[in-house]
Amino acid sequence: MALSTEDIKKIAHLARIEVSDSDAAATLSKLTGILGLIEQMQAVNTDGIVPMSHSQDVVQRLRDDVVTKTNQREAFQKISPAIGNGSEARAVDGGLYLVPKVIE
Amino acid sequence: MEWEVVIGLETHTQLRTNTKIFSGASTTYGAEPNTQACEVSIALPGVLPVLNKEAVNCAIQFGLAVNAEIAPRSVFARKNYFYPDLPKGYQISQYELPVVGKGAVTIQVPAVGKNAAYEKVINITRAHLEEDAGKSVHGAVEGMSGIDLNRAGTPLLEIVTEPDMRSAAEAVAYAKKLHELVQWIGICDGNMQEGSFRCDVNVSVRPKGTEKLGTRREIKNLNSFKFMQQAIEYETRWQIETLEDGGTIQQATVLFNPDTGETRAMRSKEEANDYRYFPDPDLLPLAITEADKARVAAQMPELPEAMKLRFETQFGLTSYDAASLTASRELAQYFVETVDAGADAKPAANWVMGAISAKLNAEEKTLAASPVSAVNLASLLKRIADNTISNNAAKQVFEAMWNGEGEVDAIIDAKGLKQVSDTGAIEAIIDEVLAANAAMVEEFKAGKEKAFNALVGQAMKASKGKANPAQVNEVLKKKLGA
Repeated sequence: MALSTEDIKKIAHLARIEVSDSDAAATLSKLTGILGLIEQMQAVNTDGIVPMSHSQDVVQRLRDDVVTKTNQREAFQKISPAIGNGSEARAVDGGLYLVPKVIE
Repeated sequence: MEWEVVIGLETHTQLRTNTKIFSGASTTYGAEPNTQACEVSIALPGVLPVLNKEAVNCAIQFGLAVNAEIAPRSVFARKNYFYPDLPKGYQISQYELPVVGKGAVTIQVPAVGKNAAYEKVINITRAHLEEDAGKSVHGAVEGMSGIDLNRAGTPLLEIVTEPDMRSAAEAVAYAKKLHELVQWIGICDGNMQEGSFRCDVNVSVRPKGTEKLGTRREIKNLNSFKFMQQAIEYETRWQIETLEDGGTIQQATVLFNPDTGETRAMRSKEEANDYRYFPDPDLLPLAITEADKARVAAQMPELPEAMKLRFETQFGLTSYDAASLTASRELAQYFVETVDAGADAKPAANWVMGAISAKLNAEEKTLAASPVSAVNLASLLKRIADNTISNNAAKQVFEAMWNGEGEVDAIIDAKGLKQVSDTGAIEAIIDEVLAANAAMVEEFKAGKEKAFNALVGQAMKASKGKANPAQVNEVLKKKLGA
């Protein structure tokens, strides 16, 4: 499977990673190399083998449905990101975390 | 050209657990912002998810309730996207191996106009466990959005159907059935205002008789059955008109605006969904054994479908009546209590579905708030059964009971509704009626059947409605030699 720099840009955007045009070419060759490795693995016949979803062959432990967490809002909001623009104040208001406006 | 609408539903049901799906934070609705947002909910680095046993039990219960395969091994996956109410940058969901596989529910579509009511099987494709996101609050601070992560991590079961529905009525009937079912088995509180039960509806149209599915548009986040009906009807019309005008349908996510009654596409730029799912390395595969299923099954209530069949065989009710009575657990319970209190099953069914339901609907009350209890209703039905009152009189007694005028027997006495079943008294009334209506008697003797009913009517009138109609019939027949 051949990737283009377009694909690199798209993947980078989806992951919210900034990749400059000059870096895109290098990233492209690295990713193409990884895909080559995957292609090589895909050549192996895996018929009848259950896909591995975890490296450990154990199953999920379950937790009882009991409240164990207490309200730590104050502690968490003390370390939440600052508003910025020179202000060290935390971006919180009335218990809400503040982010740049998102409107659908 | 005649068009056919094709509809499939995805429903997010919030599971009724005490804590979140992957942490021990409370899920109580309505708490102060972020007071139930623990380090897992706000996604601090290094935290790990631990799966809630009760959320898994809820999924098993649902699987059992829709006769679905329950996966012995299912896998959690990361669904990657960026939005401020999703601080991890991914939602933990299930993708390739969901916990619940193919199942089915039978819906009852009510009669509309000339179209009779009917039943239909809707196939469930899958149901999977996932976590809910937080909430964005706009307008509190200028130029900013506020994020409340109390809801983040609340367990959801997303239930997906096949595109099996062919009208808004069918889609609504399915949504209502599912809404009742999840409450019946107790996995969801069903509170649509609080967002505990939200539907996404996929709608497409195609020329009737063709197989190929049209391009679908997805109506997001419908939280009322009325809006669902309106949204589907609008969307269907819009798609048909667009195609008939020579246009094409673009796959899109749309929102319904209850104020205008219209659907509108969301901005399409961000909408090219590319979630890059992959198995979540923080979670091991979920194993569900036969023993787990048996343990959960043992704690489940009798399911509506089983109860429906029991009503048919035990009480001789029709399939439709049995289905109507088992439309909610509350209603079924009320019917059973009425029968247990000594009423005959068939009249009990008719009164519960008829007078009681009509009153509740008209006054927008729930059964729990019914002024007429199951025991009250049973005592009324017993008075009909033992011929103390006629069906007509019973309606008056019912009204009075509903309005809080007292117990059945007291009302019958107070209103003088006791039926005359004394043969002597009825014969006397009929003799008078025959004497006063000689013309009708002649007509009857000349072969006019209708005259008989007219005479019955006269006799009932003469008795002020108190004569036992069956006896009036009988005596009249005898006297006329019919």
